[in-house]
Amino acid sequence: MSEETVDVLIIGAGASGAAMAWSLADTKMHIVCLEQGGLMNPLAYPSTGRDWEARTQSDFATNPNVRGLPTDYPINEDDSPIKVANFNGVGGGTVLYAGHFPRFHPSDFRVKSLDGVADDWPIDYNQLAPYYAENEKMTGVAGMNGDPAYPSDNAQRLPPLPLGQSGKVLAEGFNKLGWHWWPSDTAIITEDYDGRAGCINLGACGAGCAQGAKGSADVTYWPHAQRAGVDLRTRCRVREITVGDDGMATGANYVNGKGEEKSIAAHVVIVACNGIGTPRLLLNSKSPQHPDGLANSSGLVGKNLMFHPYAWIQGIFEEPTDGHAGPHKLMRSQEFYETDESRGYKRGYTLEIQRGMPPVRTAHTGLRHGRIPWGKGHHDAFRKMYGHATGMVAVCEDLPEEHNRVTIDPVLKDSDGIPAPKITYTLSENSLRMMEHGVARATEILKAGGAVDVLSETPIAYGGWHLMGTARMGTDPSRSVVNEWGRAHDCKNLFIIDGSIFVTSAGLNPTNTIQALALHVADQMKQRLANATLFD
Amino acid sequence: MTRETPPAGHKLNETEWLNLRALADVIVPPSAQYNVPGAGDEAIAKTIISDAGHGDKLPRLISGLEALESMAQAEHGGSFAAMDEDGRERVALAFRAAHPAIAALAEQLVTQCYYRDDRVVLSLGMELRPPMPDGYAVDEGDWSLLDQVRRRAPLHRAVD
Repeated sequence: MSEETVDVLIIGAGASGAAMAWSLADTKMHIVCLEQGGLMNPLAYPSTGRDWEARTQSDFATNPNVRGLPTDYPINEDDSPIKVANFNGVGGGTVLYAGHFPRFHPSDFRVKSLDGVADDWPIDYNQLAPYYAENEKMTGVAGMNGDPAYPSDNAQRLPPLPLGQSGKVLAEGFNKLGWHWWPSDTAIITEDYDGRAGCINLGACGAGCAQGAKGSADVTYWPHAQRAGVDLRTRCRVREITVGDDGMATGANYVNGKGEEKSIAAHVVIVACNGIGTPRLLLNSKSPQHPDGLANSSGLVGKNLMFHPYAWIQGIFEEPTDGHAGPHKLMRSQEFYETDESRGYKRGYTLEIQRGMPPVRTAHTGLRHGRIPWGKGHHDAFRKMYGHATGMVAVCEDLPEEHNRVTIDPVLKDSDGIPAPKITYTLSENSLRMMEHGVARATEILKAGGAVDVLSETPIAYGGWHLMGTARMGTDPSRSVVNEWGRAHDCKNLFIIDGSIFVTSAGLNPTNTIQALALHVADQMKQRLANATLFD
Repeated sequence: MTRETPPAGHKLNETEWLNLRALADVIVPPSAQYNVPGAGDEAIAKTIISDAGHGDKLPRLISGLEALESMAQAEHGGSFAAMDEDGRERVALAFRAAHPAIAALAEQLVTQCYYRDDRVVLSLGMELRPPMPDGYAVDEGDWSLLDQVRRRAPLHRAVD
């Protein structure tokens, strides 16, 4: 094996790895990022071809087992009703995300104090607020200031995404009921920004944005980080993090794109592989110093896996909706976000509006839900649905439970022979009640807006977009994996910066918080580098 | 239905190919009213075979076609594709009930190929082009709808 030594090794070039790389670049340290996937080529994204919807079921599927690319690793999901959505490549899951980009609420950091469930975070909203603002500036976020569901933030927002026909009927529904809605904070630029061209309503956000308007980390942070000197190496899959006799991280062993085994030495190792990949790597990094996996003296690596259980609710209208055109996201409602125990559950959810459905999804949805038949009647039923559907999902807060976990599958391996993860997950009674509440309220909204038919599904089986909690942060080393600034309790030169360090999930999309946390950790590291206390 | 030979390079035998086309035509039949072919149209069926080449979809699809043929043989002693229209629909619906996962795969493949066929796309009033590079127009909408929300008191929960 060849070996080189760098100052900082970042493993994973997704949302958090990108933000960390950019932030640390101004230290002028030698920073290398190893990414198992490749560099994305927007010219090859599905929306450049007529078969774009079909490709969301093959090479751009959100589930890695369906996608099955050489850059993917398999996941045993047999014991989970929710299947994982991710992407392995520069930009990570942001390549395929819809770009919904809300901040956490202040209450999300205090769930134990406020509601007596889970745990409080060791940091609060005010500590993260400047990093949210920095992240939003780097990403480019469309939205509108003044949302009564949030404290005033005076954030820089680009003009909101268009309401369109779908927004009109839904806004009317919300308004009839007197319920909250607001233009989404969305990582889609509505005008030219930072060298990127504004959104042109391709409607294929979830399959990579060929326009570059969606703020995936490959087009936001990475160009800046690479210009500042960060060395990004693709098709490099890390097998294990190595440690020395003192238990400190010494670097990593990895397999490059040619299948060659390589080693790299580093003074600091930063793990950014998100809620499944991070515990997989830590649990695969066993040593005499860390016999249960790296940084796992608490036994909590891999435990407390949180998704967001999603309820899907769609209305069929006589009025036209936006069909295949326009970004998926346009509005959100947080009428039911904060805890109200009279509803029969703790915590809450965001109603995230989905604009419409393109033809294939319309047909497939109608067939699955019995609204479009086989045989006679297919065409009439299809035409009643296509261009006449819009709706929403309820993004439900998932509370941490130790039995929901990531372990190493005893048999399954990736194409490089690295043991693959297995997830074990059950929906809690709290989540089931919350989804039921979400379906009932969303149905009211859709009917108030004029829906003549309502379809629903709980949970969305292939809706495991958000992967959190499997290396949680905290101040007590027996109850957490990393401290309040992302450093592993057991290994003082190992940092974790992705969704795995979430203490709780909130009831909204996590990417803005993942990246704000990465920027927070980066700042903490830089301050401690400056006064030589990073490893104290 | 004509009895063209299956496309070169695929792994279906002739019976499976004809049954695929017949099944696809049951799922989405031709329509004179909308001037569109059925999904069993030869060009669309070839696209289905091509799309099924990803992952394990083709062997799963073939296993489904074998099950469909067995059900047809049990009902009338002949091939599924050789049945009359009512018989095919009856057997296909029984197949859907007995093999929901494979039927769902067939639906997915059929719809993703059918609804990008030029003739079908034109019948829906859509342009024959991908979304990129021209994109689409979306109405900005009436933001005065937000006025009643702006007047609301804060919803977020006080902390500390």
